[in-house]
Amino acid sequence: MNAIANTSTMATRLSATGTANALELRGVSKFFGALAAMQDITLTVKPGERRAVLGSNGAGKTTLFNCITGDFLPTSGVVRMFGEDVTRFPPHDRIRRGLRRTYQISLLFGGLTVIDNVYLACRGVSRNRFSLIRPGRSDALMHSAAELIEAVHLTDVQETLVSALSYGQQRQLEIALALAGAPRFILFDEPAAGLSPTERRDLIDILNNLPGHMGYIIIEHDMDVALRVAESVTMMHNGRIFKEGNPAEIEADPEVQELYLGGGFTHG
Amino acid sequence: MAVTEDTSTAPINGKPQSWWSGLSLSSIPTPYWFVGAFMLLLPVLVGPFMLFQVFGWALILGMIALSLMFLGGYGGMVSLVQMSVAACAAYMLAIFGDSAITQISLGWPWWVAIPIALVIATGFGTLTGALAVRTEGIYTIMITLAIASAFFYFTRQNYVLFNGFSGFNGVKPPQLLGVDWRQPIPFYYLTLFWAAVAYLSVLYVSRAPFGLALQGVRDNARRMEALGYNVTAHRIAAYVFASFIAAVAGILLVWLNGQVSPGTAGIGPAIDILIIAVVGGLARPVGPFIGAIIYVLLRTFALDFMVSMGLSGERFQLLVGLVFLGIVFWSPDGILGLWERWRNRMNSTDRLTGETRDKDGGSEA
Repeated sequence: MNAIANTSTMATRLSATGTANALELRGVSKFFGALAAMQDITLTVKPGERRAVLGSNGAGKTTLFNCITGDFLPTSGVVRMFGEDVTRFPPHDRIRRGLRRTYQISLLFGGLTVIDNVYLACRGVSRNRFSLIRPGRSDALMHSAAELIEAVHLTDVQETLVSALSYGQQRQLEIALALAGAPRFILFDEPAAGLSPTERRDLIDILNNLPGHMGYIIIEHDMDVALRVAESVTMMHNGRIFKEGNPAEIEADPEVQELYLGGGFTHG
Repeated sequence: MAVTEDTSTAPINGKPQSWWSGLSLSSIPTPYWFVGAFMLLLPVLVGPFMLFQVFGWALILGMIALSLMFLGGYGGMVSLVQMSVAACAAYMLAIFGDSAITQISLGWPWWVAIPIALVIATGFGTLTGALAVRTEGIYTIMITLAIASAFFYFTRQNYVLFNGFSGFNGVKPPQLLGVDWRQPIPFYYLTLFWAAVAYLSVLYVSRAPFGLALQGVRDNARRMEALGYNVTAHRIAAYVFASFIAAVAGILLVWLNGQVSPGTAGIGPAIDILIIAVVGGLARPVGPFIGAIIYVLLRTFALDFMVSMGLSGERFQLLVGLVFLGIVFWSPDGILGLWERWRNRMNSTDRLTGETRDKDGGSEA
């Protein structure tokens, strides 16, 4: 993962942002008609903080992500990124400010090769998105793309069409796309879902080896993964925040155990 | 790289190279030499009628269908307005330049009239795109169809600017460098040149960041937004590029026909462009040109063919329709798809034994 650290100019950009929180949600709600998918969420994440969001299906975790990225506009409340109010920003403006996300169900470009997928991700957060000039062999973004592909162990298939990749490979590519450019804050939506034990170990390594200033929120059903990659935990239930704390507290909390660990979820 | 349509990307760890580095002669694949030589030598092989009415017309229709292929194949946006954009350029050239309708035509020199016509037609296509890009699939088709028919009825009813039903005739290419560009051979080379420019630029742009991003938008617009792309702006930019190609073709079209009238941009011609692109194949920029030559050959010779078979000549549209139906029925991805499947079968079967062999060559590798 040195590749990611090398290609980013994070340190300089981070120092410019001062002490502002990476992410700040104030009373954010999202209604679909009469259905409250998410209600009155107030959440603060410091720069570089790594947090897990837990909760059963329908607890509002993915809705939370969609409101942070701007895929949905919240019904009420304020979303701030690095001190800036981004509540009404379209997704691409938030991405250009350093936010990234992965999707629970891979959203990739099936008609393009692996390298083109990652190249697009690198290009998306840099200049000349409309360039009519083909990238040359020495193109810096092509370099970054190749390094990212190496970091997620896809170098062997970099010329393969994405639609021909295995499920596990697509999940890895999903992560590579989110690491492109210079991310400041990443939202991982169940990155371990459907991965083999080996692939899970790789994933945990990738997450733990991210540069320290790169904070993230990870939605994860697998407690083993979640508690090993996060330093703080937010439990959601029925669209509201139910508990917050460090992994040990959450794991020991009787209410959490009742609701989550005992609630029919397999542990691991 | 260069002018090939393959999906390979240049090796990463090469020596520093600039964008034009792949454009050396040796990197041009063999089929291009053959097709190129054939097209260049065509005036020796066929007469003026074939050159002007068949190949000239096919190249122009191919360019208009190419603009649709760029939007549809790379951008996932099927636009039926491309023919109207071409007709708009044709009308503007007739209005600002010379025509037999001297009460309306301003008679400005060609080097003023052509740029104005291109800008206005491209602007018209871009505006249509700006309206259409917020919709998807069938709604894009409906909006562009609505604008195409509005353009048709407007030109037919407006006499002040568009001269109504009869349109403009007597629109001629300029006499330049001592050449009469309306003569079959010069005109053929003129259209061949611009068709080649349009084809190569679409091919080139498809592998440039803008074209790649457009294919990304086609595959997954939501993810593109989540990678920092303004999807709407990207789609509109695709309309600018495609409309410009259609506008250039429109200028050539009015020179070919010598006239432009509402019928040029009717619903029929608009749908013909879609048929050409689909029959040829939307996957690659060469598809529309294949579709166009088939279309023009059928339109030109179906009538004679019907008569020679002892059938009534007026029914030639039936034959045209049947051939298209047959192509789309046997190969939903057009002639290109047919050819690709045939090539794959040739590559994967040993021609002597009929046995299947693996892709990388002989069975005893």
